Amino acid sequence: MFANLAQLIRYRGLIQSLVARELKARYRGSVLGFFWSLINPLLLLAIYSFVFTKIMPNRVEGVQPYALFMFCGILPWNWFSASLTESAGSLISGGNLIKKVLFPAEVLPIVSVLANMVHFFFGLPILIMFLIVYRHPPDAWDLVWFPVAVSVELVFTLALALVVSALTVHFRDIRDILANLLMFWFFATPIIYPWFQPGLERYRTLFNVNPFTHLAVSYQEILFFNGPIGHWKWLLGLGAGSIVLFLGGYWIFDRLRDSFAEAV
Amino acid sequence: MTAIELIGVSKIYRRFSGRQFSTLKSALLKRSILRDLRPSETFPALKDVSFVVPEGSTFGVVGRNGSGKSTALKLVAGITKPTAGIVRVRGRVSALIELGAGFHPEISGRENVFINGIMLGLTKAEIQARFDEIVDFAELREFIDAPVKTYSSGMYMRLGFAVAIHVDPDVLLVDEVLAVGDEAFTHKCLDKFAEFRRRGKTILLVTHSLPVVERFCDDAVWLDEGSVRAQGDPRRVVDAYLTAVEKSEEQQFATATARAVEAAAGPAAAQAAENETASTDNGQPADMFQAVEGRWGSREVEISEVALTGADGRPSFVFRSGDPMSIRLRIHAAQPTDDFVFGVGLFNTAGVCCYGTNTYVEEMTPARLEGDAEVTFAIEALDLVEGTYKLDVAVHKRDGAPYDYHRLLYTFRVNSRTHDVGIYRPRHKWAFSENVKFTHS
Repeated sequence: MFANLAQLIRYRGLIQSLVARELKARYRGSVLGFFWSLINPLLLLAIYSFVFTKIMPNRVEGVQPYALFMFCGILPWNWFSASLTESAGSLISGGNLIKKVLFPAEVLPIVSVLANMVHFFFGLPILIMFLIVYRHPPDAWDLVWFPVAVSVELVFTLALALVVSALTVHFRDIRDILANLLMFWFFATPIIYPWFQPGLERYRTLFNVNPFTHLAVSYQEILFFNGPIGHWKWLLGLGAGSIVLFLGGYWIFDRLRDSFAEAV
Repeated sequence: MTAIELIGVSKIYRRFSGRQFSTLKSALLKRSILRDLRPSETFPALKDVSFVVPEGSTFGVVGRNGSGKSTALKLVAGITKPTAGIVRVRGRVSALIELGAGFHPEISGRENVFINGIMLGLTKAEIQARFDEIVDFAELREFIDAPVKTYSSGMYMRLGFAVAIHVDPDVLLVDEVLAVGDEAFTHKCLDKFAEFRRRGKTILLVTHSLPVVERFCDDAVWLDEGSVRAQGDPRRVVDAYLTAVEKSEEQQFATATARAVEAAAGPAAAQAAENETASTDNGQPADMFQAVEGRWGSREVEISEVALTGADGRPSFVFRSGDPMSIRLRIHAAQPTDDFVFGVGLFNTAGVCCYGTNTYVEEMTPARLEGDAEVTFAIEALDLVEGTYKLDVAVHKRDGAPYDYHRLLYTFRVNSRTHDVGIYRPRHKWAFSENVKFTHS
C-alpha cells in the first residue's frame, strides 16, 4: 500500500496534466470560457443577497451582510460536494483507461478533487473583493490559517473520494444515495446559518460530530469574522483525523483495486 | 537475454455478484456487502501458460477469439495481474492495445498527444522532442489543433498509434491494430515494426492475420481456451492452428448441412416445395438461378445420401484449394427406369453458379437404373478461390422433370493460403525475364 502511495508521486506529471485537461475541457466550446468560473459565484452571490435581504431577511447580529457570510461556507462546501459527486463516477467513466492503459486508478478520483479545488480557488478573488468592499480585509494573521484549512479539507475530501469511487464501481446506486446524503449534510452544517444562532444550542453536539462544521466554521472565522481564530484546535484535530481517514480510505481502495478492471 | 517471460501463468477473471450491477441498497437490506465485494463466479482465461520471448525477437500469438490472447498481452503490459504464476518483463513496455484510449474528445489533438504520452510514461520534454515526428506519422498536421471529437475514427486511431509507437519502448505489445487504417497506413505500421526489429527491440504481436505471423515472427505460440497448444516455429504453429480451425469449421458445416437437409425434409419444406411445384409446370422453381434452399421432386428416384470426400476418401466439409474432392450420391430407385439424368452445381455465397453440369449435357445416354446405386462426381483439383460454397445435386428426367432435386443443401469451405480474388483459380505459373527480381521470404 505504501509502495503504491509512493508511486503516486511518479505520476504527479500525469495528475497535473489531467487536472489541466479537466479544466480546459469544462469550458471548451462555451462562449465565455474560463470566465464562467468567475460568473458562477458572482451570480450565486447576487441571488443569495437578494433572497436574504429582500425575501427572507436575516437579522442575526454580527453576520451582516448575510450573503457574504454564507458565501464563506458555500464555496468550500461546493468544492467538497462536487468532488465527491464527480469522483463517484470517475472510475466508471474512466473505465477505458483502467482496462486498457497501465494506470494507477486512484489518479482518477484525485484528479476530480484537485480540479474542483482549482475551481474553488477561482471563486476566492470574488469573495475577497466583496469582503474588502462590504466588510473589512481579512486579517493577515488569520490568513496564515487559510492554507491549513485548505489542506485539511483536501485530505478529508480525498479520503472520502477514494472510498466513494471504489465502492461505486460495485454499487452503482451510491451516486444517487450520495446526492441525497450531501443535501442533508449541507443543511446539517452551519453554512447558511451561523453556529451561534440563538436557539441552536441543543444541537451543539450534533454540530461537533459533523466534520464539515469545523471546516465551515474555520473558513468563516478566517475570512468573515474579525479577531483571532477561535476554532484552530478543532481544525487541527480534524486534520489529524483526516490523515487517519485518508490512510483508511486508501487501504480500502487498494484492497478493491484489482477488482476494478473486471467490474467496471 | 529474455525480454518477456511467463512461467506457469494463470488468470482467473472474476464476475461480481452475478447480476449486472448490484446496489448498495440491496446489499444493505440483504446484509451482503462483504459478499457482494467478493467474486461470485470465476472464469479461467489463461491456464498454466508459459513462454519465453528472447530480446530482440518478434513473437506472434495466434488463437481463436476468446482464447486468452488479449489477456496474455494485458498481463505482459501489467494492466492486470496474474492469479498464479510469474510474469517478467525487462525494459519499457508500450502497449498498442486500445489506441487513443485516453483521448478526451473536447480538447485538441495537440493536448491529447501530450496527455496520452504522459500516460504511456513519457515526460513532457520527451514528447516535445518527438511531437513533430508523431504528428507527421499520423498525417494530421493540419488538424492537430482541432478537438479530437471532430476526428474521423481513422484519424483517431492513427494519432493513437503514432503516440504509442513513439514512446520508443524496449518491448512493444501489439493487439490486432493492423486491422485499423487503410492499406497505406497498414504498410507504414509494418514498416515501423520492421524498423523496431532492426533496432533489436522485442515485439509481441497478437493477430488474426496469419501471413503476418509467418512473415514477421521468429517464434509463435498458439493459445486455445487459455492453454498453449503449440509453440515454436511460426510456420509449424500456424499450420497446426489452421488444421484445428478446419476441424472446427468441419463441425460447423456438418451441423449446418444436417440442419438444412432436415429442414428440407420437414413438413414446412414439403409445403413450400408444393407451392413451388404449383408455380411452374415441371415442378422447378420459376427461376433456377435464384438461390432458395429446398428439396423437391417426385421421388421416384431418390437421393438418399450425399457425401463430400477429400483425398483420403473420408467425408469432409473443408478442402484446400487445388485438392481433389468427390461428391458421392447414394441413389434409390423405387422402380427400374431408363430415363434419368444426374446433375451437380456449385454456387458461391453470392449465389453465383460457379459450375454446373449433368450427365445429359455431357452426352451420356441413360440405359437402366434399378435399386440402390452409387454415383460419384470426382473433381481432380478443386481450383476455386477461398470461400464458402454450396452444392446442388439432382436426379431428374431428360425433359427436366425432377425426381429428387436438392438445392443448396450442402455447404463446404475452400481454404487457401493465397488471397487471390474471383471464383476460379486457373492453374498457373509466373515467368519473368532475368532482369525481374523478387525477394523470397
